[in-house]
Amino acid sequence: MAAVRTMLRYAIRRLLSAIPTLFIIITVAFFLIRIAPGGPFDLERPLEAKVMENLRKIYHLDKPLWEQYLIYLKNVLQGDLGPSFFFRDFSVSELFAAGLPISIQLGGMALALAVLVGCTLGTLAALRQNKGVDYAVMATATAGVTIPNFVVAPVLTLIFGVGLGLLPVGGWGDGKLTHKILPVITLALPQIAVVARLTRGSMIEALRSNHVRTARANGLSSFTIVVVHALRGAVLPVVSYLGPAAAALLTGSVVVETIFGIPGVGRYFVQGALNRDYTLVMGTVIIISVFVVVFNLIVDLLYAVLDPRVRYD
Amino acid sequence: MNEQLDLTGQSMDSEIPLEKGRSLWSDAMLRLRANKAAVTSIIVLAFIALSCIFGPILSPHGFDQVYRNYVKVPASLTPYPKADQIETGIGQALRRARVDIEDMTVDGDTITVAVTSTRDIDPRMSIYLDRSDLFENATVAAMSDDQKSATLTADIERHTFLFGTDANGRDLMTRTLMAGRISLTIGLLATFVALAIGVTYGAVSGYFGGRTDAIMMRIVDILYSLPFIFFVILLVVFFGRNFILMFVAVGAIEWLDMARIVRGQTLSLKRQEFVQAAEALGADNAGILRRHIVPNTLGPVVVYMTLMVPKVILLESFLSFLGLGVQEPLSSWGVLISEGARNLQGATWMLLYPSLFLVATLFALNFIGDGLRDALDPKDR
Repeated sequence: MAAVRTMLRYAIRRLLSAIPTLFIIITVAFFLIRIAPGGPFDLERPLEAKVMENLRKIYHLDKPLWEQYLIYLKNVLQGDLGPSFFFRDFSVSELFAAGLPISIQLGGMALALAVLVGCTLGTLAALRQNKGVDYAVMATATAGVTIPNFVVAPVLTLIFGVGLGLLPVGGWGDGKLTHKILPVITLALPQIAVVARLTRGSMIEALRSNHVRTARANGLSSFTIVVVHALRGAVLPVVSYLGPAAAALLTGSVVVETIFGIPGVGRYFVQGALNRDYTLVMGTVIIISVFVVVFNLIVDLLYAVLDPRVRYD
Repeated sequence: MNEQLDLTGQSMDSEIPLEKGRSLWSDAMLRLRANKAAVTSIIVLAFIALSCIFGPILSPHGFDQVYRNYVKVPASLTPYPKADQIETGIGQALRRARVDIEDMTVDGDTITVAVTSTRDIDPRMSIYLDRSDLFENATVAAMSDDQKSATLTADIERHTFLFGTDANGRDLMTRTLMAGRISLTIGLLATFVALAIGVTYGAVSGYFGGRTDAIMMRIVDILYSLPFIFFVILLVVFFGRNFILMFVAVGAIEWLDMARIVRGQTLSLKRQEFVQAAEALGADNAGILRRHIVPNTLGPVVVYMTLMVPKVILLESFLSFLGLGVQEPLSSWGVLISEGARNLQGATWMLLYPSLFLVATLFALNFIGDGLRDALDPKDR
């Protein structure tokens, strides 16, 4: 009970201490995107002066920058991310409400796949260190890190979608499982590679450690030794890697969403920045930063659960 | 380390042959040379770099030279045109000249065509054959008296496209090598920019410590939590798609990790005797940083650098994929790959060859980085 209370107190303190950081991020991002040349209504065919003036008035763009900043801060504190400049009929919150669940689903599945496959491969490689299996896993892992996802995605589409005709080549299809397979694999491959490498490295160390030797001397089965005793310590580096990685995965990937035509939130960043959709960019920055903060916190909490030597300070 | 060994060598005034001391770097070199994967990678990388530097010069095709008759032809070791292409090629060329083909014979590298027409044949019509990428030196060999039929001869122009051609009919090999120049240059230069900023920032922050350190590292933390791609896109927006500014921008973003690594090293280095000795001797801060701190941080920095080059190359290709990279007619591996991905159905070679080069380079750099890390790791000695 006391342990849970310290944990909660720690979590709340961490979240509170993240507020100034978030505030600075919002400020920096706000002014950076505003310094960029061009505006949201600079179309190829210029708008009429009067129309432009009205538009600027509606979106408060005619006010001095600091005043706009204060208005924006006030709105954000009230949970209003503002209207999108580019997707005219939607507010930024509506866009996220529609896209974020999709991105989170895909990212979550990719994350689960990465942890499962990556840890298994890494453990196998560590158990057969410097043998064929080890080299095979490490070579695959290097390939996974080096082959960019915009190469993997079209190749997968070509093989499974066009060649074998097994899976749809793109689209979301109202979230049918078949539509998720290829994007999830594309998202997961590089993560599998990193997780496998990390697991292998720490597993080799864990297998040499004293508590594993003790477990062996006690005559436990090798499965129990590996899964219960060694893996618990060996996943620590994986956990700390997965914090930021999870934040990135769950907030969507531009490449995967573009290639597979998925209506997630990954595209909004690039589209928003290119079209000077100030509110959309700011919204994305805020969402990503919140995810990063939350997942770093989760990592630290998990660390304490996995490693009893770690104390909340 | 070398100096110390030399000093002890001088003080020992004996005839025993001295065992030559091995410095950190020569030791690392030996260990690196024993690492087969790393050595192979160095050779592969050198090969790729050399072919990218000299390939476009030696290639018979210009990287922006367009062959209209050879749009998206597959990679092939035998030269083009193939037999069926000659037939369609001559048909296309002579249709423009408004003559009918009666007979056609191909003999080695020359072709003879007998043509007829309802109107008078202009002897200058052979230019239509010259204009095609398939034929050259076309001449009217014989003309009938009524000028209604003629015999044309032309040499067949042989082109070899080892990697095939792209959607505009440009030689893919030359383009891939040319793109390699750009990708490798961006990778190297961005890394050096990151190196310069990161090492200076980290060393200063770590060496001065205290409040300076706290503020400087706080700035790094904030920059860290800003979404990275946000910066890149903003910089692209600011500077336009300028090739030089692009890598400066990428380098200016990638320095954060470098700064952290160097700072960590500096923190432990500045407590060591040789730094205190330099301080006691009255060396100024800049001198201590330059002569004593920075050289000793180089081990991890070099390792990190080799791993950063592939990261930058990947980042550049990612930007190119989004359409924010270098612009035509120049290209980078990323640009070629994204074009290849778009033409994957029907023109697989357009994705295959640039990806092979990119992946081979990234593989090699990763293995070299891993090899260097193992070689410089004092724990493994």
